Amino acid sequence: MSVKTIATQRASMNIPTGRLAVWWVLLSEIVIFGGVLASYILHRLGHPEWAEQAAHTNVWAGAFNTLVLLTSSLSAVLAHQAAEKGDGPKAARLLQLTVFGGLVFLIVKTFEWREEIIHGYTLQAGGFWSYYYTAAGLHAFHVLAGMVIMLWVANTARKNQELHRVENIGIYWHFVDIVWIFLFPLLYIAK
Amino acid sequence: MSAHSAHGHAPGAHAGVAPHGPHRNYVKIWAILVALLVISVVGPMTGIRVVMLTTAFGIALVKAYMVAKNFMHLDIEKPIVHWLLIVGLALMVLLYGALAPDIQKGEGQYWKKDENFHKSFTPEKPHTGGGQAQPAGGSGAGTPEHGHP
Repeated sequence: MSVKTIATQRASMNIPTGRLAVWWVLLSEIVIFGGVLASYILHRLGHPEWAEQAAHTNVWAGAFNTLVLLTSSLSAVLAHQAAEKGDGPKAARLLQLTVFGGLVFLIVKTFEWREEIIHGYTLQAGGFWSYYYTAAGLHAFHVLAGMVIMLWVANTARKNQELHRVENIGIYWHFVDIVWIFLFPLLYIAK
Repeated sequence: MSAHSAHGHAPGAHAGVAPHGPHRNYVKIWAILVALLVISVVGPMTGIRVVMLTTAFGIALVKAYMVAKNFMHLDIEKPIVHWLLIVGLALMVLLYGALAPDIQKGEGQYWKKDENFHKSFTPEKPHTGGGQAQPAGGSGAGTPEHGHP
């Protein structure tokens, strides 16, 4: 016997419980990524020589990955639009497309890191590289987690069930996109 | 009906899925974001520091705002959500402010750093793995000794 959630709406706030929970998660994510980025900026300003190290990151790979994430955000919001119209199967297909975008992102990142590690730019190669791998790695982990959850949501959406989850996972995915929007200039462009 | 009240309660919404509020052309928004991305990549190529900072970080702020507003629908989201985000960002600023004196200031009675502090962020020895040049800044020679005579 399945148990159905009773409280689906936070009456006092006039917001669905699931969506509110996602925003609470994002609050903690802001603290996590904000801490990493703030301390990176602090050290970067104090270490002008890091610009020399940053010059070895691959701008084109970073730019391509930004394009991939922006495009995956588009498919995520179109999935929400489809869910809003009650078209679960279409929402599921668009979510799968979003997952594909996440996969491309991780593949590009894998090749990028491989090249850098081969050339000696490892986690211990300097302060910049420590931040580079920590921030980008933490972000990549969030991309991976989003992909797994999104596949699960797509599976239920395909059957026209729990369509509100399409929006919830979309909000999370857009946040991951925004984090990358800031990581890209910080790690790749600022030389 | 206000934008806020429309979010999540408009007739015709399926299974609790929140409607998007005002009509948005998502493909057009995406195209603008891509155009901004191109500018943020090309801008720094000019080599002018002001242009680089403006195009890279200024555009990043614009892009983040556009994604938050149009894709996350933050413009029609409930006030509690705005407060949550403000708290998160305030904590980030607080962290920066609390750490800045220690990391960025190297002078004063309690701010003297160990002489190896900055060197610890830049390895002394070249790190070779694939035969290419050492990681930039590997010598540590250019490491500024903030606050040290």
